[in-house]
Amino acid sequence: MRRLKYFEAIREATDQAMSDDPSVFLVGLGVPDPKGIFGTTLGLQEKYGEDRVQDMPLSENAMTGVVLGMAISGMRPILSHQRVDFTLVAIEQLVNQAAKWHFMFGGQVNVPLVIRMIIGRGWGQGPQHSQSLQAWFAHIPGLKVLMPTTPYDAKGLMLSAIADNNPVIILEHRWLYAISDVVPEEAYLIPIGKAKVIKEGSDITIVSSSYMTLEALKAAEYLSQIGVSVEVVDLRSIKPWDVDCVLRSVKKTGKLIVADTGGIEFGISAEIIATISELAFTELKVSPVRIGLPNYPCPTSPALAENYYPDFENIIRTVEKLCGYEFDYSKLNLVKSGEHRDVPHNEFTGPF
Amino acid sequence: MHINRNHRIDLYTRMLKIRTVEMTIASYYSEQQMRCPVHLVIGQEAAEVGACAALNKTDFVFSGHRSHGHYLAKGGNLNAMMAEIYGKSGGCANGRGGSMHLIDLEAGFLGAVPIVGSTIPIATGVAMASKLKKDTKVVMVFLGDGATETGAFYESLNYASLKELPIVFVVENNAYSVYSSLSVRQKTESRIVDIAMAHSIPARKLDGNDVELVYQASIAAVDRARAGLGPSLLELKTYRWLEHCGPNYDNDIGYRSEAEFLSWRERDPVSLYQNLLLSEGILTAESVGELTARSSQEAVDAINFAKNSSWPQVANFSHEVYSQ
Repeated sequence: MRRLKYFEAIREATDQAMSDDPSVFLVGLGVPDPKGIFGTTLGLQEKYGEDRVQDMPLSENAMTGVVLGMAISGMRPILSHQRVDFTLVAIEQLVNQAAKWHFMFGGQVNVPLVIRMIIGRGWGQGPQHSQSLQAWFAHIPGLKVLMPTTPYDAKGLMLSAIADNNPVIILEHRWLYAISDVVPEEAYLIPIGKAKVIKEGSDITIVSSSYMTLEALKAAEYLSQIGVSVEVVDLRSIKPWDVDCVLRSVKKTGKLIVADTGGIEFGISAEIIATISELAFTELKVSPVRIGLPNYPCPTSPALAENYYPDFENIIRTVEKLCGYEFDYSKLNLVKSGEHRDVPHNEFTGPF
Repeated sequence: MHINRNHRIDLYTRMLKIRTVEMTIASYYSEQQMRCPVHLVIGQEAAEVGACAALNKTDFVFSGHRSHGHYLAKGGNLNAMMAEIYGKSGGCANGRGGSMHLIDLEAGFLGAVPIVGSTIPIATGVAMASKLKKDTKVVMVFLGDGATETGAFYESLNYASLKELPIVFVVENNAYSVYSSLSVRQKTESRIVDIAMAHSIPARKLDGNDVELVYQASIAAVDRARAGLGPSLLELKTYRWLEHCGPNYDNDIGYRSEAEFLSWRERDPVSLYQNLLLSEGILTAESVGELTARSSQEAVDAINFAKNSSWPQVANFSHEVYSQ
């Protein structure tokens, strides 16, 4: 079985979509440069030409309008931002225009538009290069928001996003680009709005997405060694999110943790817990818990960022508290790699 | 360039139509059945008719909050516009937009939105699509003097120039953004065309109340775009007669003077052109009377169409937010 890294899966999806449909258009600062947006766009300009694969001026707001204009003209543009944070200067076009265009003009016009944004966590990316703002976008009617975790899902969701007739935001976590997975060579679609039970379990449900799913899986692995059975639900799609899948899991376990790469307050985890509480309050044996970022900007120094990001240990300790366990940590033998935890693994280096 | 007799009558008739529709809206607005803000364009008809007359039916127009004139000048359906203003079914946006969100795809009027400057990049994107498709369609985006202060304006000029896009930026400079005059917002008289020129975009500042002058300049800009030579900008100096939003005159509230208004009313674009065509024997008192009566009837018919239309059904909107 062929394996691809996450960035290769995104590149392959883009390549296949461009090959299948001449209306697919790719633009972004650095798209055709030697780094090719972390490798996700490498070689595409050579293959499809300078008309269909373009660099762009540093005009994120206007360029969001430009791709909206192209989308309502029957094209299928993909706009890539190297950081989520850069999108904030384009929020007017995204929220007021792209998200509403279909609805506010009476459903006459479609906006088949994909906007990729990269979450830049780690290696000193600091307050303005590392934000995880999925809750912002998910708050807006008219947008869809995807956060694939695995290369397999990245490819299938990317192809679904390109095929969708609405503005779809894909948030890619930089710490996922190097992970590899079995990825079929042919094009395939992963339905938007469907979560995946990525690990089955019976004692507690952890709902997570993107990089936090890897931390949740790691926590589940440790916990399985001491007989705690964790079910991990990988959301994949943030908006719309798969209420039924989460509900089924919670009805089985009666306990819910939601671990998000974004902030706790007013965030994705709050929305999920509120919804599950409304729909299945009596199924919950204990109060659900949110895991996410604290309510201050991410500091740059590795020493200061150390405690900013929750990891598998935070998840394990939350499970312990929530379930009323007392774990023997000598048996768990938690191993953390490296001196600093601002990288996913020791091979990960800066500057970008 | 010679403009033939029928074409001149057509320019006049289009201006008259916009003037009449706007006056009619103003007179019915106090009934409070048009339950949305209206930004009336009385005084600016020559700029809008002159510019749109340079376009083909298959070309595209975008606009902003003061959009009735652009919509009608591009050939938008009057009944659908009025029904939209009244929030009725049959409205051009199915009642979801109102006066500030007009659209008529068949007429090539691709949309108006009230966030100032916002349609400039969207229009630029449509021009990019036209260029890539090589369909020789031209995009015209109307904006006001206020919109030239937004970042979206600069960003769009840069991109349109860089990519040599088939777009014409038409700035109707009516001297006020709501109640704030140009003098508190912009430094120099030539600023707007200077910005365009700084982006290597040919730009002209013209009397926006002279419909033939606007038309001729627009023909040149549209031809340039269609020939693949890139964007142009026209700054059309004109004046908004009524309050920023609503059916009334507001010269008494203190942000501008009655004398200033009267000086602009002397240069009423509709009367100026009517007098010119009368003096040249192209119009007669009789034909003016007929055209005026016809446009009044059309406007009142549209009001009645809107009033007699049913309310739109409240749909299950959760299924309407996204295209399926």
